[in-house]
Amino acid sequence: MINFTTEQLNRYSRHILLQDVGVEGQVKLCRARVLVVGAGGLGSPAALYLAAAGVGTIGIVDNDQVDISNLQRQIVHGTKDIGRSKVESAAEAMRAINPDVEVRPLATMLCADNIMEIIKDYDFVLDGCDNFPTKFLVNDACVMAGIPFSHGGILRFDGQTMTVIPGESACYRCVFRQPPPPDSVPTCSQAGVLGAIAGMLGTIQTAEALKYITGSGRLLTDTLLSFDARNMDFRKVSLRRQEDCPVCGAHPTITELTDAEQTVCALK
Amino acid sequence: MEITVNGVVQSIAAAEPDLLSVLKSNKIEDPQMVAVQLNGQFIESSQYAETILSEGDVVEFLYFMGGGSR
Ligand SMILES: [Zn+2]
Repeated sequence: MINFTTEQLNRYSRHILLQDVGVEGQVKLCRARVLVVGAGGLGSPAALYLAAAGVGTIGIVDNDQVDISNLQRQIVHGTKDIGRSKVESAAEAMRAINPDVEVRPLATMLCADNIMEIIKDYDFVLDGCDNFPTKFLVNDACVMAGIPFSHGGILRFDGQTMTVIPGESACYRCVFRQPPPPDSVPTCSQAGVLGAIAGMLGTIQTAEALKYITGSGRLLTDTLLSFDARNMDFRKVSLRRQEDCPVCGAHPTITELTDAEQTVCALK
Repeated sequence: MEITVNGVVQSIAAAEPDLLSVLKSNKIEDPQMVAVQLNGQFIESSQYAETILSEGDVVEFLYFMGGGSR
């Protein structure tokens, strides 16, 4: 059992007051290890709230530098950080919020060769990356390693998320078999995104991570939650594991990781 | 006849509408942009044109959404 200091009891008092979290739940949070994929629109609120929540170890992986066009939504970075490594900038902000947490900035691009080695140290993965090859790679690697994760995607005024418990609930490939053809689906950098949408979805994903760690509530497993913020319509669509899923089905055809054609590692 | 598309009831004029035409009438020009569930079952994109809908069917278009970081 962790013996909280008076300062920690004060810091986490609003968690401790929650019946579903309590001291026990806070201990779990302080011992938990979460990996955030991408220090961008979704990763920003996730990194800040995970640090504020006292999650013991937080890895954050991104190979990009802060650009002025990021600041409209990537709230972990500031104007002074333009040109800096995103993970270093994020790590500084996270440590400033909560010096108790161990932040591991990983300035690299996830790819088939390194993802297993990176995710194995974590209890939960929060996917906030910006491209389909990486989303499928995160899904496949987490399913193979048995590590729960949250999928998230945003575009314009829309967001979608699902939580995957490998071996128990539907995975991303149970829904979307393979990445869409390049350029058939626009990205945020092509089609735009309302800044606060990133906050809305990133905090939903973070709440899922905190719920998973503390064992509270019901997760978005076997469920795709999507919203259209133009009218603030939220919808849940029920999913189930597919027998013939190429990665989590009865006879998987994807048994090792490969980088998709738009080679992930080569992406800028 | 009436079907439910993404939670909203729609009236369809055609007697035997196929899934592909319903996709098109819902402004989904490229069928590869979505995964489609019919009454809770996923339908392969190669089957859209051959899948005939009936009264009361529930269709869900699940959009690819890849944004997050940049
Ligand atoms: Zn699956």
